[in-house]
Amino acid sequence: MTQHVDAVSRTEPADPALVSTGSRRGRWAVVLGTVVAILAILPWLPFGVPGVFSGPFNTPGTLQVLAVGITLAALAMSYDVVFGYTGLLSFGHALPFALGVYGTNLLMTHATLPYPVAGLAAVAGVVVVSLLLGSVALRTTGVAFAMVTLAFSEAFSLLVLTDPLRFLGGEEGLSLASDQVPDLFRGVVNVRFIYWLALTVAVAVYLVARKVVTSRAGRVFEAIRENEPRVEMMGLRPFPFKLASFVLGSGLAASCGAVYLLVVRGANVGVTTPEFTLAILVMVVLGGAGRLWGAAIGGFVYGLLTLRLSAVATSDVIDSLPGWLSGPLSEPLFVLGTLFVLLMLFAPEGISSVTSRMRRR
Amino acid sequence: MSSFVLYTITGLGLAGLYFLLASGLSLIFGLMSVLNLAHGAFFAAGGFAAWWVMDALTVLPPGLRFVVAVVLAGLVGMVAGALVERGLIRHLYGRHVEQILLTIGLGMAAVALMGGWFSYDPRLLSQPAWFTDTTVIAGANVPNSRLLILGVAAVLLVGLMLFLARTRHGLIIRAGVENPNMVRALGIDVDRSFTIVFALGGLLAGVGGALAGVYFNGISPNLGTTQLIFAFIVVVIGGLGSVPGTALAAVLVALTQVYVNNYLSTGVGSISVVGLLALVLLIRPQGLLGKAAP
Repeated sequence: MTQHVDAVSRTEPADPALVSTGSRRGRWAVVLGTVVAILAILPWLPFGVPGVFSGPFNTPGTLQVLAVGITLAALAMSYDVVFGYTGLLSFGHALPFALGVYGTNLLMTHATLPYPVAGLAAVAGVVVVSLLLGSVALRTTGVAFAMVTLAFSEAFSLLVLTDPLRFLGGEEGLSLASDQVPDLFRGVVNVRFIYWLALTVAVAVYLVARKVVTSRAGRVFEAIRENEPRVEMMGLRPFPFKLASFVLGSGLAASCGAVYLLVVRGANVGVTTPEFTLAILVMVVLGGAGRLWGAAIGGFVYGLLTLRLSAVATSDVIDSLPGWLSGPLSEPLFVLGTLFVLLMLFAPEGISSVTSRMRRR
Repeated sequence: MSSFVLYTITGLGLAGLYFLLASGLSLIFGLMSVLNLAHGAFFAAGGFAAWWVMDALTVLPPGLRFVVAVVLAGLVGMVAGALVERGLIRHLYGRHVEQILLTIGLGMAAVALMGGWFSYDPRLLSQPAWFTDTTVIAGANVPNSRLLILGVAAVLLVGLMLFLARTRHGLIIRAGVENPNMVRALGIDVDRSFTIVFALGGLLAGVGGALAGVYFNGISPNLGTTQLIFAFIVVVIGGLGSVPGTALAAVLVALTQVYVNNYLSTGVGSISVVGLLALVLLIRPQGLLGKAAP
């Protein structure tokens, strides 16, 4: 991986470095506070960004788009812990997210739990499930691990699609069990409360993930990513650390899933598919793996792109092109996939690498 | 009894498809450590090439047309494989994660490209009448198309084994799977083998796509994506880089899937395959015929 330089500079014990870390931490808090404050006041702003959003920030449509972007940003951060920091190439990260979405809704429908309780219970359930699946999947490494995790998430996807017990909704999905949702989060006028909930959870995910990756265990995560045999040689067993990272990432993803259920008002089979896992991977790599804020930007940009590219796709400019060109260009995934290939060829470290490259200069 | 024979032969036909998709994946991975997530796109591209031939070249009699369709499907896959390796993968040598990510983007773009051109609705592949006729085997009426798929896959399996065992390129590929650095140290151009392996994988996938059009009775851009997951399972169960292992695992996976789907409940088959995977991993993490984990 390409994060080597950063990993080394962060662990330098020299005194001047400590001083600069102190001021950097102060700056970090200011930056985070500013970003969150700006995002938090958006629902009151009567203007928008023409071209990017269909209306001003205070309209429900724009807030919904933003809420999707923020939830995906949080999801990307949860995956960054597993993939970016620990180097575990899991192709099954859609599974904990989808379990969060479906689990919360099913608990509200069948156990008639109120939304907050159902959400927390779903997260707890995902932690247990990922502990089990992780202990099996982590018997393999590298690409075999990727394939095994992919198979697990595909199994759930097939279970939802075929729905042998007739309670997962199959292809149509499930609609939100709105009876159990607090009044605050119901109705179109209250989209801003859902938006603030998404923002709160995203900040919580960021803080938890940051706490862990900067802890001593987080150092071991990065060491495993850089050189697993060496970690073993130094007397640490990588397995418990890898499992911890996998379970933490899954738990955070499940909490994003519980929010996503509210944001899109239902559970859709799309979030269970392997394609969605690959989308999460694209988000993280787009922003830059191994940096939480990079992953967050990647997730946010990806969310906006997929939602808005389809609007661009139906525009007159595209329609006026010849058929062999307008067909593929109206497919958001074609544009995204091509962008991604170019990114891999020319800037494999993602969007956030551009800034760190500037800093290194 | 007769239904058992029918299920078995149907399962073996499906195993043939899995083998065609998985053997290329396994070889590419064994030699280059590249997990090619665009492999499903080669599969679908082969399927569309075959559909185009069956749809457009109506001057030829149906049987001959199908032969042309399969050959063209293989060629399309082969050229696509070689181009992807030469044009894209080559620029990222030694960076395995980036290579995997590149193939993800490529697979996404290629499937969407085919979706944009042909739409996502399945296209019906017109088949020679002989395909839908049945042959009586041990009291079961078996559609001829199943036998055909099985036959083509078996011929390609033998051909692939002979290629690997008897030709100089095959020798280099086998040596490269074993130890690429040693092969390079002996002054052999391993990079050329990389292109050959990609082209070979593309060829097998392309033919597989054409036959899948017969098996599933239609072609859609997502054809390969769905099958790719099962191909991954086959590759892991068989052992990465082992062609006989892939063949064995393909049979095991396809039969499990078909038997469970027919004797227990439809849809459970695919899930039981994942259970099989977990079982194999617990008992033998390196796969049935794989070398011990590196």
